[in-house]
Amino acid sequence: MSDVFRLLTLQDANTRVVLLGVMLLGLASGVVGSFAVLRRRALVGDAVAHAALPGVCIAFMIIGDRNFIAFLIGALISGILAVVCITLLRRYTRVREDASIAVILTAFFGLGIALSRHIQQGGQYSGAGSRAGLDGFLLGKAASMVRQDVLAIALVALVVLLTVWVLYKELKLLCFDRAFAASLGRPVIGLDLLLMLLICLCTVIGLPAVGVVLMVSLLIVPGAAARFWTNRLSTMLVLGAAFGAFAGVLGAGVSAVAPRLSAGPLIALAAAAVFALSALLAPQSGFVWNSVRRRRLRSTTLVQNYLRALLELDEQRAAGVHSNAQLALKRAWSRVQLARAGRIASHAGWVAVSDAGATLTPAGQREAARVLRTHRLWELYLITHADVAPDHVDRDADALEHILSPEIVADLERRLIETGRLPALVPSPHPMGPTSAEAHA
Amino acid sequence: MSISSADAWVAATAALCGVACGVPGVYLVLRRMSLLGDAISHAVLPGLAAAFILTGTRGLFPMLAGAMITGIATAAISSFISRHSKVPEDASLGVVFSSLFALGVIMITLAARDVDLDANCVLYGNIEFTPLDTVRLAGLALPRSFVTLACFASLNIALVSVFYKELKLVAFDGALATAMGFSAGIIHYALLCVVAATTVASFEAVGSVLVVAMLAAPGTAATLLSDKLSRILWIAALLAIAAAVGGYALAVVFNTPVAAVISVVLGAQVALAVIFSPRDGLVIQLWRQTSLKLRIREEDLLGRLYRRQEGRTEIEPPALRGLISWLAFRRLRRKGLLDAPGTGLTPAGSRAGDRLIGSHRLWEIFLNQRLGLPPDHVHDPSERMEHFISPAMEQELRAEFDGLKDPQGREIPQPERDRPAS
Repeated sequence: MSDVFRLLTLQDANTRVVLLGVMLLGLASGVVGSFAVLRRRALVGDAVAHAALPGVCIAFMIIGDRNFIAFLIGALISGILAVVCITLLRRYTRVREDASIAVILTAFFGLGIALSRHIQQGGQYSGAGSRAGLDGFLLGKAASMVRQDVLAIALVALVVLLTVWVLYKELKLLCFDRAFAASLGRPVIGLDLLLMLLICLCTVIGLPAVGVVLMVSLLIVPGAAARFWTNRLSTMLVLGAAFGAFAGVLGAGVSAVAPRLSAGPLIALAAAAVFALSALLAPQSGFVWNSVRRRRLRSTTLVQNYLRALLELDEQRAAGVHSNAQLALKRAWSRVQLARAGRIASHAGWVAVSDAGATLTPAGQREAARVLRTHRLWELYLITHADVAPDHVDRDADALEHILSPEIVADLERRLIETGRLPALVPSPHPMGPTSAEAHA
Repeated sequence: MSISSADAWVAATAALCGVACGVPGVYLVLRRMSLLGDAISHAVLPGLAAAFILTGTRGLFPMLAGAMITGIATAAISSFISRHSKVPEDASLGVVFSSLFALGVIMITLAARDVDLDANCVLYGNIEFTPLDTVRLAGLALPRSFVTLACFASLNIALVSVFYKELKLVAFDGALATAMGFSAGIIHYALLCVVAATTVASFEAVGSVLVVAMLAAPGTAATLLSDKLSRILWIAALLAIAAAVGGYALAVVFNTPVAAVISVVLGAQVALAVIFSPRDGLVIQLWRQTSLKLRIREEDLLGRLYRRQEGRTEIEPPALRGLISWLAFRRLRRKGLLDAPGTGLTPAGSRAGDRLIGSHRLWEIFLNQRLGLPPDHVHDPSERMEHFISPAMEQELRAEFDGLKDPQGREIPQPERDRPAS
């Protein structure tokens, strides 16, 4: 418990450094990752993370010592090389992006592993720290972060934020309409490369903290989670940065309390939790609200069709009680659907349901008339303005009538009055289907 | 270096892994799902961990079951996310597999308190120790990985040959397959099952890096070398075997991890295919471009000399400098179209010029009369087009515009065969 207290009050200088480092890292990757997600470059980060390994090894072989800056430069160079290879393969050969990422990733990473084994075996490098230094790149060791590392991360974060701030409009255009950006004379290839470079920078700077495999998580999960909450780029960037920083701090914080669990996977899990919550609960496009909305629309549609069917039966036969068997002939309704529609409609006071069947109440007749009117207006519109044959409109009208807003209905009426085609009662433009009696006959 | 039986076993195991992964990998490459191998090989970790925690053993079947479930879940969840939200496909795949991998790492750390997670072992396996772990089969002591991978390789080959037509249809036109009554979805998930199972089986033997490489690289290289699916499958299998054997030999020579070297060799195969593919490799493309450029320059040179002979110099000749021009000049001379000083045409050269300039002027007439281009706008397009007018097309143009003069009022040169003998 005292551990948690110490963590929350940030008493430990080392913890402060680590938390600040992962927070800045999460922030920068959240911003870059949002662009990567939008530009469909999400897995480039994965390739860069893996491809950094040979660069690190070569830097080690040249310097012969654990030098953070040299590692980063080596990693950056081989990461950029990998990105260039992927880009060239996509551009000049028939190899598709996914295959080129997979091939480059494994080839570079294989080379890196071979080199690292070579380093471990070679006598001239057998320093105690060498092995740990290279192994740390695979799963990351956020806890070993020092002031110098945090400074480097802060520098990268600053570069990322400045670049995005200066080139915001250009990058936005690139993400949403590359062809349009090119036609405006923006240097789209240069912007694409710049974005790749930012991805490389973030990935490489984060490798020592969260490791090769999980860097991709910190890079893309916050951005992907932010996508659920908004359609505005600026909001998405802010959210992505916030999610990234939150995941970083939460993961590193838990790891500081339970040191046996390394920070990398915990950060990734924290990010995954943020993503899962966003995917489920985001009001705009979260799965929960989406399905609620879809359910609501489905029941509205069901009830409106039910009322319309009752009114049409009133029109065709006589007003009164209509049995489920008669209703079932109007439309392919199951018994359960009819019962549900009757339940909802009678709850709203539109129909009176008895054992013999259902009958419209005065309020129900008004509502049904409104629905029917919208349906027939839309049918007329389709016939007069969209050149749809009269015997083809019913189903099209059916699909849309439930979501026509009052404004559209008013507009339809106006247009039809202008062309003198609005009949007073709006009769059906096509012959009605057989009534149950005719069908039975 | 002598080849011991241990070496042979390791190389054979790697080759079997190559066949087992490379053959279904072709379909992944064709359906743009190459990264699925990468995703699955990372995402199976929690499945493996759960199987280990539940059964307490590292037996093949619990591990396979656990991994299959998480592998298929990866694909299913990520396709669900990308289909029902605004997150693109690649990002949703990345989200799912990295999160599952993190979960797996935590599970292993929590469950196996005493066992340190050996990242190296997961990443590049220990194929070197294959011969040490044997099972007795029909009186022979065979390495366990070899037996497992042999089963998977033959299973995959059998599946691919039995469902060849169905897989082909789904790989190239999923909508058509569905319209014809094959369920693209079922075939898709069957392929995923095969990939997940193969990944797990190979994973243990060779590590995840090599599995990902074997799933993606042979198929990629093979699709560069052929357009025919059956041939692509054969080439992929052969490339995978070659990479396994060659990579093993290199690894022994340089004393480096086998799996790592094999994946580098696989990458090199793709690079070689990109450069040297006889169909559209970079070399052949460069060759085609250069020879086309040379032919055009030759014809430009011919046209220039022809016009000079005709006494017309009002049309600015194209600039003729550089290596290509020099080569074009030499080739014209070797064909006997240039006279000795190189400033005029031989009779053969004149005949060739007749054809070329004839095509040029006929095209000018066509542009002027049929497309309504003004006479002073027809030269440049014709200058480009003259190199691509086939004899058949020339005949047609001649028949069409017989006896006319070109928009500048010049005669259309007649080829030799049409001239009256003098």
